[in-house]
Amino acid sequence: MENEKKYFFDNPNNVKRLLHIFYGVCVLLFVLDFVIHRHVMHSWENIWGFYPLYGFVGCVVLVLIATWMRTFLMRSEDYYDNEGEADIDEQSASGDSTSKKHNTEVGGHDVDA
Amino acid sequence: MMWMLEIPPFLPFFIGALIAAVTRGTVRNIIMVAIPIVSGLHLWMVPEGVHLQFAFLDYQLVPYRADKLSMMFGYVFHIAAFIGVIYSLHVRDTMQQVAAMMYAGSGLGAIFAGDLLSLFVFWELLAFTSVFLIWARRTQRAYAAGMRYLIIQVLSGVILLAGALFYAAENGTLEFGFIGLDGIAGWLIFIAFGIKCAFPIAHNWLTDAYPEATVTGTVFLSAFTTKVAVYALARGYPGTELLVYIGAAMTCFPIFFAVIENDLRRVLAYSLINQVGFMVVGIGIGTALAINGAVSHAFNDVIFKGLLFMTMGAVLHMTGRINGSDLGGLYKTMPKTTVLCIVGAASISAFPLFSGFVSKSMVMSAAVEEGYDWIWLMLLFASAGVFHHAGIKIPYFAFFAHDSGIRASDPPNNMLLAMTIAAVLCVAIGVYPAALYSLLPYDTGYNPYDATHVLAQTQLLFFSALAFVWLNLKGLYPPELRSTNLDFDWIYRRLAPVALQKTFAVIWLTDEALRQAFLARFDLCLAFISRRHEGVSGLLSRTYPVGSMVMWVSVILAAYLFLSFITH
Repeated sequence: MENEKKYFFDNPNNVKRLLHIFYGVCVLLFVLDFVIHRHVMHSWENIWGFYPLYGFVGCVVLVLIATWMRTFLMRSEDYYDNEGEADIDEQSASGDSTSKKHNTEVGGHDVDA
Repeated sequence: MMWMLEIPPFLPFFIGALIAAVTRGTVRNIIMVAIPIVSGLHLWMVPEGVHLQFAFLDYQLVPYRADKLSMMFGYVFHIAAFIGVIYSLHVRDTMQQVAAMMYAGSGLGAIFAGDLLSLFVFWELLAFTSVFLIWARRTQRAYAAGMRYLIIQVLSGVILLAGALFYAAENGTLEFGFIGLDGIAGWLIFIAFGIKCAFPIAHNWLTDAYPEATVTGTVFLSAFTTKVAVYALARGYPGTELLVYIGAAMTCFPIFFAVIENDLRRVLAYSLINQVGFMVVGIGIGTALAINGAVSHAFNDVIFKGLLFMTMGAVLHMTGRINGSDLGGLYKTMPKTTVLCIVGAASISAFPLFSGFVSKSMVMSAAVEEGYDWIWLMLLFASAGVFHHAGIKIPYFAFFAHDSGIRASDPPNNMLLAMTIAAVLCVAIGVYPAALYSLLPYDTGYNPYDATHVLAQTQLLFFSALAFVWLNLKGLYPPELRSTNLDFDWIYRRLAPVALQKTFAVIWLTDEALRQAFLARFDLCLAFISRRHEGVSGLLSRTYPVGSMVMWVSVILAAYLFLSFITH
């Protein structure tokens, strides 16, 4: 892989540039809220920055709750494969045990018959 | 040419399946591509109305009825079949080709069925034909998932049949029109539709089976089954308020599972439920705008969800992997697939100028208009969430993120062509929605492109993306982990079997103990009784004296003698 060609995002500067453009667009969109005359259908929409805030907060909450759900929903990848073994109380929510079957599964599936 | 009208759209597909079963190679490919085109063009010419009906017992059966609602689904099913066939041209597996054609035909049959009995027949055919697309993966997991899928689908059909019989008894007709939630029939049919529509807690057949199907099979699966259910709900239960709440739940809960799911096709399966949720809400609201929104969103969803499943299928086909934890950096060698995936992602996220935007917004507007404030907030949250998991997560973890070192090339040309057709349709519908709107059941004069709405949606999406960037930079974003996440299917895949196992273990043990105890007692009694009668010529004694035996022999002989006298 040493002499592999460099791709666009291999250069951290490109990533940075893209992010800066993205931040710029976000600011612009937020400012537009005050410029464009909006005809709203609902009183909540009158709150300045309602949509940006709702989108941002909604997604952060979504991710935090989903991450928390992992603590009690996550099992090892082959959890259902050893059916019949009554390990109903098995708690394998730790990161180690979830990755132990790493290489046995890859390529094990008949991908496209 | 009148007889041409009477060819129901499922027939060409069933004939196609038959031909596909006995032909090979180029001939088969040509026929499979030609059938959706010819049948689609034919459908375009067909006017609305009842085109085929006959009497069966006391009832009028209508296997072919066309109106605006069924036509809409008819068109998109032809498009989906066409795209799916092109996507799977490289496949050399007769089982899959035949199953795919039969499955598409069954979907069309269900859409144009004008009575509940015909609907039931195609409802079950959908299950029995599609399961082969799962089994065709030929792994143990696929076999088991297919079995669970089949059991649940057939159960839905059986409930539908029961509901149809009740309906016939209550109303004296089998005609499939508005049903509504009064009476047993209404509820039974509602539940049958709900199972196929992946209502909450009946949704796991979808997330369980679709990711286990073959690369091309999943593309077909994503198009037909749930959309047939959406169609059936739109016909039988428009304006049923319960659907608004069920639909809102469907839009919200899957996105949590999608965020932590590793298998990217399972992420798409969860997002499929989320999208169907929007349609169900629209049907529940039931105004002209809402129904239009639901139907057009179903139309668009078939195309953009198909596109997303195709791009992930291409990744699986080329790399042999589909888990987010194994992928990343594929944009370097699969640039075309990357772009096509981003188009699909933008469409499902409802970016302005992409197809999702022009249909989802109708449902949202209808929710506000009808005063469903909280539902509207939930839908807004779900819109942000779908962008998060389908719009960003799918392309990001497959094609960008950390470099997995995999250097797979773009997929075969037929796959690229199918994805390109879908992508072009996504953009075309987004840019020129009037074409789609002209097909809709109602004329509402809706315009999605007013400044307020475009700005609001763009703000929502960009700031959702900002949340993703921020969480990633902070290291708060949950990493992709190899794992199984428990969902409701845990109840029947783990809890119920284990509980039954334990219960029966206890029952067997108790049973055995009881038998042993009884036998022991019985033995004791026998021993006691026989001891009491020892040596006495009683009925219950274990041994008899010789004298009593001699006496009984002489009694028998005397009886013989007597009998021979009276017979002569």
